[in-house]
Amino acid sequence: MRVTLKIWRQKEADSPGFFERHPVEKVSEDMSFFEMLDMLNDQLVLAGKTPIAFDHDCREGICGTCGLFINGRAHGPLTGITTCQLHMRSFKDGETIVVEPWRAKAFPVIKDLIVDRISFDRIMEAGGYVSINTGGTPDANEIPIPKANADEAMDAAACIGCGACVATCKNSSAMLFVSAKVSQLALLPQGQPEREIRVSNMVTQMDKEGFGSCTNTGACEVECPKEISIIHIARLNREFIKSSF
Amino acid sequence: MLNSNVPSGPLTEKWTKHKFDLKLVNPANKRKYNIIVVGTGLAGASAAASLAELGYNVQAFSYHESPRRAHSIAAQGGINAAKNYPNDGDSIFRLFYDTIKGGDYRSREANVYRLAEISNNIIDQCVAQGVPFAREYGGLLDNRSFGGAQVSRTFYARGQTGQQLLLGCYSALVRQMHAGKVKFHPRHEMQDLVMINGEAKGIITRNLITGEIQSHAAHAVVLATGGYGNAYFLSTNAMASNATAAWRAHKKGAYFANPSFVQIHPTCIPVASEHQSKLTLMSESLRNDGRVWVPKKKGDKRNPAEISEDERDYYLERLYPSFGNLVPRDVASRRAKEMCDLGNGVGETGLAVYLDFEDAIQRMGRDAVTEKYGNLFDMYKQITGENPYKTPMRIYPAIHYTMGGLWVDYNLMSTIPGLYILGEANFSDHGANRLGASALMQGLADGYFILPYTIGDYLTGKLGESISTDHEAFKDAETSVKNKISTLLSVNGERTVDNIHKELGLILWENVGMARNRAGLEKAINEIPKLKNEFWQNVKVTGTADELNPELEKAGRVADFLELGELMARDALNREESCGGHFREEHQTEENEAKRNDEEFTYVSTWQYKGKDKPSELHKENLIFENVELTTRSYK
Amino acid sequence: MSLLKSVFISSIGKKILMATTGLLLCLFLVIHLIGNLILFSGPDAFNLYVETLSRVKPIVRAIEIILSLIFLIHIFFGSKLTLENRSATPQKYNINSAGENSSFFSRNMFIGGSILFIFLITHLSTFWYIFQNQHDEGNFYNIVMGNAVGFGNPIITTLYCIAMILLGFHLRHGFQSAFQTFGLRYNKYSGLIETVAMLFWLIIPLGFLSIAVWFGIVGGGY
Repeated sequence: MRVTLKIWRQKEADSPGFFERHPVEKVSEDMSFFEMLDMLNDQLVLAGKTPIAFDHDCREGICGTCGLFINGRAHGPLTGITTCQLHMRSFKDGETIVVEPWRAKAFPVIKDLIVDRISFDRIMEAGGYVSINTGGTPDANEIPIPKANADEAMDAAACIGCGACVATCKNSSAMLFVSAKVSQLALLPQGQPEREIRVSNMVTQMDKEGFGSCTNTGACEVECPKEISIIHIARLNREFIKSSF
Repeated sequence: MLNSNVPSGPLTEKWTKHKFDLKLVNPANKRKYNIIVVGTGLAGASAAASLAELGYNVQAFSYHESPRRAHSIAAQGGINAAKNYPNDGDSIFRLFYDTIKGGDYRSREANVYRLAEISNNIIDQCVAQGVPFAREYGGLLDNRSFGGAQVSRTFYARGQTGQQLLLGCYSALVRQMHAGKVKFHPRHEMQDLVMINGEAKGIITRNLITGEIQSHAAHAVVLATGGYGNAYFLSTNAMASNATAAWRAHKKGAYFANPSFVQIHPTCIPVASEHQSKLTLMSESLRNDGRVWVPKKKGDKRNPAEISEDERDYYLERLYPSFGNLVPRDVASRRAKEMCDLGNGVGETGLAVYLDFEDAIQRMGRDAVTEKYGNLFDMYKQITGENPYKTPMRIYPAIHYTMGGLWVDYNLMSTIPGLYILGEANFSDHGANRLGASALMQGLADGYFILPYTIGDYLTGKLGESISTDHEAFKDAETSVKNKISTLLSVNGERTVDNIHKELGLILWENVGMARNRAGLEKAINEIPKLKNEFWQNVKVTGTADELNPELEKAGRVADFLELGELMARDALNREESCGGHFREEHQTEENEAKRNDEEFTYVSTWQYKGKDKPSELHKENLIFENVELTTRSYK
Repeated sequence: MSLLKSVFISSIGKKILMATTGLLLCLFLVIHLIGNLILFSGPDAFNLYVETLSRVKPIVRAIEIILSLIFLIHIFFGSKLTLENRSATPQKYNINSAGENSSFFSRNMFIGGSILFIFLITHLSTFWYIFQNQHDEGNFYNIVMGNAVGFGNPIITTLYCIAMILLGFHLRHGFQSAFQTFGLRYNKYSGLIETVAMLFWLIIPLGFLSIAVWFGIVGGGY
């Protein structure tokens, strides 16, 4: 099959960006979207042109490095997957595919399709942990946890920090990301001692980073590759209210 | 002769005794030391966090944007520990024994015993951090049996254990970053190790965004930079996983141990096109219910549904009546390749075998199969576009893990004083073959519970030593790094980096893959230097040195894989025996099983770099077994 | 975080203000609707209702002041959040298929709310203003039905109906969104909340619409 890419190019953070068109021939349906980009990049390199820079690593949907806005959707037209799990069979022969980087003030573009998500790390630094040192912990089975809580904590902990929630949100809100960690630790006994300070600090940092606020459109849970539910945002709100009194 | 510094005394007391014998750094003095940690996956992040908690000043480096991207995250199955929670007869000694035996008696007893001892602390640590391990209805931790183990000792968090453990370390690390004890340098790739008076005193990095070459000095350097599976181009490793940090340390004097010991995982999704960029692993558990077969007739391209029962060869069941489809990873992998080499492979490329669930669906019902394997089936469908409920899966082995790595002593110090190696980057615990669910265990053991003790012993002698990047060793190293980069950019040939990397991968896969023989290895040793030459004459790297340049990053890594690849072949050629993942066709039993040569090869082959285009020199660390008897595996 | 800071500075706090004022306004809508539905009982009942209200004028005034404050907070913070959210997304996508992941009205609460605000101003400057200055007892019903500002005027009826439909969509997202903001969403009860929310956003505007349709379009009345 043959596709045409309308793809965002931007030399560096401060330079203006623009769209570039690239027809790609001999695309196989079984190729992943990134393998199609690899092929295009190979051709660009051989032609002495600058290949398209995009972030990717594990290519199996778990590291959270990749993230492209494809035809108006975070991680492309399918749900429950990351961009690296998208295959060319999801596109039509002759289709024009529009590829853009995540767009949010808190995720500035570094180059082409690569954005800087270090703001996520700073939110984690503000409180996304249980303050214990290595060693001196009790036996693992001394902390029984109801299976339902452990399972729900795991649902939240599945977040890969890819930023699709922010990218798809009309407000660039990071609430789903923050709620995933707050919810995980609020559900577990280990998270209790710092329960209030954690939510307070993480939300403060989130606001400081320039993410927008949540208007509950629910777009994030639809586009989240790990299908994390906005029920965790509700818990985050609840935790935040509790921490304020 | 290499000194492994294994303490004397009974096996069970070695670590306890050693911890007492190690010199301590006064708590008030810890802040006077700087330590560099390169790589922030399981081993690196746990080490950086633990060292910072003790009071050391840590500088952590990663070529990723965040520590949470490390490839440790992709481990699916679980993590072993000798907790014996299921009351099924597990013990520290049994975990030790299984690991030694699984490694085909090519690992150090003392290290492996320590690993088994520490395994329990790791689970306690992770649970306390809030890692959401799977639980029973009673609220206690659940265990499962994994990779053919006779006991249930594997702790897991759905199919995302690696992710959850990494996020645990990551949380400990960001806490120390917040406290100012760890300075994290994202998107920085180590380019060289800096030595002063024969000791590791710093590193040179390239800022991947700006291209700036920087020097960083410290009292000790820790590498936790993962394995070198990507030498094969196609592997289950992440795209950026590389051996550059380890290899450049090797060239500065760190010996490389057992480079030919790589693990091949039998149940991966096969290559679909020439543009395939990586391989995806599917959990081994699929072999619990799936049946492996190929058509009896060579080159039979019919739809599998049209191939009748008596035209199928269920070769694993035929060859191994008692273990059948559940033979260990290396055996299953080797047999699959053998079938394909004979011409019985299936699919477009003929490089795949069927893993069929038809019987399982009939026996257990579709719902039960969905319950057990639903997510794996979905993943398979997502990648291949085929529905495994209707047509058998196609699988093929892929490079998955490297047991070899930089040589370390009992303290995890390499042959360079002050240079420590952790996790998959070292060679320490898995011998010639790693057991399932043991990689996570080793990475965390090294980082949380071994290095924080052993590094102090080295550091005590360095109190007050001031190290500055003004030293000429840093200037020299910076210059050589810059020269290397500008050479890469100036070749301006006609082949892309990936193109040459793929060729290297094919040479390695064909000759230093699942089954090796003298002729093939000699061929590889002959061809790889030629390809290396071709690379330096004819590679094309676009862009400049002072910008974000993924092609340049890849080029630097492939340059190192080309050198490492040759060493892998040399090591495989030297080892005239079959053991674990290393199968030499010349050394097999009449039933085509691996034949070890304990008389001559009960040693770690350790290679010293001797300079450009000179063959490396072999040093042996003899392995002494005082607590286990060397036996032969049998799965008939 | 101190309570004041949480509420007025943090993003969640501002959302809580929106949700609180929004729900209070919903309560007002319920009361307003009940009052309006008295129209179906005929002129006497309705006029009596309005007269009763004017007899407790100080209380009504107090409530009106509180209500205005609630409106102002809702409008002020709604606008403030919208501006902040705009600045969080300085560059828009070339193509955004947002319809695939969220409803139109959930994404356009500010625009919907702004139109409702214009309606509110019009509504106050006509009905409310005239009611304040009307001293001829027994005439309230006629004002509602008249063609100056009432359902006798087809243009007013049409605009009123459009505003009520918009109100429905504003409530459709806003009502359940308020529960989400308060954190009142649990797996166990999410079905219940959804049902209540759906009934609410349907019943309120339908109630107002029924009056406009019956008296303005069908031509019912006494």
